[in-house]
Amino acid sequence: MSILVIAEHDGSALKGSTLNAITAANELGDVTVLIAGDNCDTIANQAAKLSGTNKILLAEHEIYSKPLAETLTPLIMSIARTFSHIVGPASTFGKNILPRVSALLDIQQISEIVAIHDGDTFERPIYAGNAIATVQSKESIKVLTVRATAFEAAEEGGPLAQIEKIDAVATEPLSEFISTELTKSDRPELTQANIVISGGRGMQDGENFIMLERVADLLGAAVGASRAAVDSGFVSNDYQVGQTGKIVAPELYIAVGISGAIQHLAGMKDSNIIVAINKDEEAPIFQVADYGLVGDLFTEIPKLEAELQK
Amino acid sequence: MKIIVAVKRVVDYNVKIRVKSDNTGIETANIKMSMNPFDEIAVEEGVRLRERGVAEELVAVSVGPKQSQETIRTALAMGADRGIHIQTDEEIEPLSIAKLLKEIAEKEKPDLFILGKQAIDDDSNQTGQMLAALLGWSQGTFASELSLDTSNANVVREIDGGLETVKLKLPAIITTDLRLNTPRYASLPNIMKAKKKIIDELTPSDLNVDISPRIITLKVVEPSSREAGVIVEDVVELIDKLKNEAKVI
Repeated sequence: MSILVIAEHDGSALKGSTLNAITAANELGDVTVLIAGDNCDTIANQAAKLSGTNKILLAEHEIYSKPLAETLTPLIMSIARTFSHIVGPASTFGKNILPRVSALLDIQQISEIVAIHDGDTFERPIYAGNAIATVQSKESIKVLTVRATAFEAAEEGGPLAQIEKIDAVATEPLSEFISTELTKSDRPELTQANIVISGGRGMQDGENFIMLERVADLLGAAVGASRAAVDSGFVSNDYQVGQTGKIVAPELYIAVGISGAIQHLAGMKDSNIIVAINKDEEAPIFQVADYGLVGDLFTEIPKLEAELQK
Repeated sequence: MKIIVAVKRVVDYNVKIRVKSDNTGIETANIKMSMNPFDEIAVEEGVRLRERGVAEELVAVSVGPKQSQETIRTALAMGADRGIHIQTDEEIEPLSIAKLLKEIAEKEKPDLFILGKQAIDDDSNQTGQMLAALLGWSQGTFASELSLDTSNANVVREIDGGLETVKLKLPAIITTDLRLNTPRYASLPNIMKAKKKIIDELTPSDLNVDISPRIITLKVVEPSSREAGVIVEDVVELIDKLKNEAKVI
């Protein structure tokens, strides 16, 4: 079977979620990676070195400098039918583009797979992760997005894949990129971090997130948030962990002032160890926490910081 | 300008769902159903554009069983002008829904089609993108801000690292993120008025769309459950456990 992975990159390197998607693709067959962008030689070389990549298709053109679904879809369509599977990360990039490709191929996509049984049978969570469906696709091409936390990241190793340049595909101008406003942070990326500390409504305001940031820096952790904290304007939306935010599964997840609604648990309940700090001992978060501390976060978090500094 | 919004009837977001004992799906009998939260946001956005005079007509469409009419009535009570109900009792996949909505779009010729970014039951996040593909329209997914002029939509999109702004040529597809707006509650007079508004009834065969499923669900199981752990006395004990028992710091 021949598998096409649609790579996401930031202009200088592959995104972590693409490395996880490559591992999933590798379980299915021979992996070809499509990289579309402007001046992406470095990224193509990075992909070529990864274990399990057989071929890199590189499409370089200024129209690919920003990943617009309307421009990338015709490019993917130009090669799609030669593959048995088309795989992408279940990131905002993959979620935006893959269904557009899938519909043009007249194929029903399978979103956010967490396990592969064989070439046509997959597992995926439904109802905010409260049920796991095993689904079988009868389609001639399987279009899949991969939940990053369910697969290891591909690493360097094995033979070098060949890099082949392919032509850009002209498109009618349906959409235009205007600008991005990215959250700047020196901390690890939320979805890739080994430790995550998240704040909820109990944080009371955005200023108080500084307490969590200080603890995060002592632990080398990323900072997350519940939807309640985002909706209250404490932090920006890309901090959100949950069904409709980011899915994380770190070694250690520390939930501070988070009650543990179904939608939040969907984004973090596969973490290895969960710690809950909450003054309400009845909070649902304590039902999934390995270690619970019942107390006021405004006294406990500074204590935690002081203790970690020792 | 004409706007169409797509709404789906789903198990209410507060319900703790149960997997059927025969592992064929989820218990939905006698369970509270509501409009998908992302679709409420889509309706609200449409109503606001209607109130600002940007749109002359707002149409709400739903695909599903007879009870989906209630979901359409909710959209009408929020301020949509009329409804279209495509009735089917089959389990229906995003691609089939996109094909049905394409037929509606070609008949109604809207300038803008607003959908939720995902349904909270199947969590697919596909229908809007698929509809855009089938129509050959531009797409502004995961929108948290939307502004329109006569020929373009400016959309601020929620992306993994922050925000992105794109300019779309109309007609376009928009899918809503949670931060686009806060949906209103329908008032009682508006609920009463909504009863008089028209809902057209159609079936997939009226639209010549084959909705047979492409994906078979072999089984649905409960996820492996986590055991509740221990309550620690204080921060010192917590750090000790994390270092020496869990070995994660």
